[in-house]
Amino acid sequence: MPEMHWLNADMNDDTSRPVAGGKNSAQNLRFVREEFLAEEPAPVSTVGISGWMRINLFSSPLNIILTAFSLYLVWLIVPPVIEWAFINAIWEGEDRNACLVDNAGACWAFIDAKFGQIIYGRYTIDERWRVDLVYLIGAGALIPLLFEKMPGRRYLALFLILIYPVFAFVLLTGGNFGLPHVETALWGGLLVTLVVAVVGIVASLPLGILLALGRRSDMPVVRMFCIGFIELWRGVPLITVLFMASVMLPLFLPEGVNFDKLIRVLIGVALFSSAYMAEVVRGGLQAIPRGQYEAAHALGLSYWQSMGFIILPQALRMVIPGIVNTFIGLFKDTTLVLIVGLFDLLGIIQLNFTDPNWSTPQTAATGYAFAGLIFWAFCFGMSRYSIRVENKLNEGTRRA
Amino acid sequence: MFFQALVLGSFGLFVWFIVDNTITNLEKQNIASGFDFMSTTAGFGIVQSLIDYSEEASYGRAFLVALLNTLLVSALGIFFATIIGFLIGIARLSPNWLLSRLAAVYIETFRNIPLLLQILFWYIAVLSNLPGPRNSLMLWGDAGALNSRGLYLPAPVPQDGAGFVVAALLVAVAIIFGLRHWARRRQLETGQQFPLFRVGCGILISLPLVVLLLTGIPYTAEIPELRGFNYRGGIRLIPELMALVIALAIYTAAFIAEIVRAGIQSVSWGQSEAAMALGLRPGVTLRLIIIPQAMRVIIPPLTSQYLNLTKNSSLAAAMAYPELTSVFAGTVLNQTGQAIEVLGITMAVYLSISLLTSLAMNWYNARNALVER
Repeated sequence: MPEMHWLNADMNDDTSRPVAGGKNSAQNLRFVREEFLAEEPAPVSTVGISGWMRINLFSSPLNIILTAFSLYLVWLIVPPVIEWAFINAIWEGEDRNACLVDNAGACWAFIDAKFGQIIYGRYTIDERWRVDLVYLIGAGALIPLLFEKMPGRRYLALFLILIYPVFAFVLLTGGNFGLPHVETALWGGLLVTLVVAVVGIVASLPLGILLALGRRSDMPVVRMFCIGFIELWRGVPLITVLFMASVMLPLFLPEGVNFDKLIRVLIGVALFSSAYMAEVVRGGLQAIPRGQYEAAHALGLSYWQSMGFIILPQALRMVIPGIVNTFIGLFKDTTLVLIVGLFDLLGIIQLNFTDPNWSTPQTAATGYAFAGLIFWAFCFGMSRYSIRVENKLNEGTRRA
Repeated sequence: MFFQALVLGSFGLFVWFIVDNTITNLEKQNIASGFDFMSTTAGFGIVQSLIDYSEEASYGRAFLVALLNTLLVSALGIFFATIIGFLIGIARLSPNWLLSRLAAVYIETFRNIPLLLQILFWYIAVLSNLPGPRNSLMLWGDAGALNSRGLYLPAPVPQDGAGFVVAALLVAVAIIFGLRHWARRRQLETGQQFPLFRVGCGILISLPLVVLLLTGIPYTAEIPELRGFNYRGGIRLIPELMALVIALAIYTAAFIAEIVRAGIQSVSWGQSEAAMALGLRPGVTLRLIIIPQAMRVIIPPLTSQYLNLTKNSSLAAAMAYPELTSVFAGTVLNQTGQAIEVLGITMAVYLSISLLTSLAMNWYNARNALVER
């Protein structure tokens, strides 16, 4: 029995609150608890590991069945995969004989032997340091950019968007500053994947912004033109665009003018992804309240001033997750270039399946597993980043 | 006004520039133009076709075969992707921790790996690695066979009287529609409900079944048999088709699952509470309160996923499944060299599919939009 203190009503001066057994009641007494009860421990069935399992895994007969089913699935998938990828895997070897043993798992020796090609393609071996340098500077500029509080972020971003592509282009193609020329037909592997993805995104951002502005323009000709352009590219598969870029583009150009295949593909990818980017940016433009447009007008800003200083900074910030998602899509779509004969990461691995030195039953599965792992790591990382940005953007509007 | 004229003018100039160059180039390279080639003999075989096709058929016929193959693979892919996607999406929301984790792993794994890689993985690493015809994996006793040449299934061959079964099926559908009409009217007049779903299912299954038994099962199964080095008879699903459908379904299902999850979560908990307060049972709450509201959020992105799947079926070009892109933008383009016409037709087909879908979507949205006062 907890302690209770019987009090005289007179001791309490607070008459504004009606209290049970108040002044007019017969007893003129009431009781008030001065100390809280000691907390009871939570029921055993809801605490600790067993409690957690009881709630999350075994709360009802259906739940128990689902848990058993899930465990069965895990048991079905995880042990064979681990066995294949680690326990029975062959890590070292000179050629296919290492991987031809009985019951062989993944043939990682194949990846080990072809690693140079997977990263650089057939890029001249003595010049590979140039690719490394481009990778390094790119990563060195990009990683600090991901942190909100980094000082000088703006300059880093400008460097990455304006200077870095030129720098990378000069360094990778060579042919000047005493660097030997490396033709793009020799590029391959991760290099081509990254070049296509980065050029696609860098080119599609400004194009996409212009298209999105055009689609919301007051001028009917510009608007119709932008709608037509956007819907055309969004309506067809990327692969037909790539076919078009590699087969039709040469026909469109005057005689004698010819781009190499990589550039043609890049043009196709840039046009294609700019249509998607335009739709993402349009979403941001539509989300800006009308008052912002009106306020910019009222301040006497011209169209480009109000867009550049008021609307776009807000809209673009809002659609960063959408932009990252477009980039993820584009990054995955770079694999399509292998259909028109460029050797990206997947293409070069696939090409090496035909190497008789490494033809084993496990080569294909190993190659695909490795390529899948790389693509997965990139895409998963980017999607996590976009979720983080999204949460940050929503911080102001989210309720605690 | 001036600016618009400028845009129009420069666009016109640009088009003229391209057309002029193209005409010059085509003349230089001696490439014919126009669509006359559509009626000339194609001269190549197509490994899978839903309609009669031979090497003597015209390019137009080949186009039709390829288009049907695209539609077939899209339909199959959409069917399986929807089933897997809804199951995974619901599992993702399950209170069972393990199940929802597994669903999350599925989603994060498959949507972050390029589709082309998945298609090639199934095609080259899995299906081509299956044993040859002589060592096929047998399914259901000896009725079906799975080997590196494809999946062989028994085919039902209709005999005399099979028409009655089909007729019974049609009659059953007609009865259900009539029943639905009657049940609605009765509910409006008297308020009495009718268990339409259960009765409908019963009729749909039992009526054809009874007719099937009465006519003495007028079907014989044509079981695929090993003759020489290959299986003959039955239905054959080529490995290209299987790889494409499996990869498309698994990949798209990951996206559909996220759409379903978002859709269900968008219906606020208050709606369920209100339904409970009205005394509705959980099943009815789900069917009449939650699903209709969730569907309003789910359907538009779901359609765009279906559209993506249809466009992604063009990746078959990487392994020569005979659909529109690989037959038309591949083989026909190589044979005729008429890049502009061939790619124009190919792109026009995809474009019209996607424009038709978005028209249908606009109509649906206008019909089902939340009416606010």
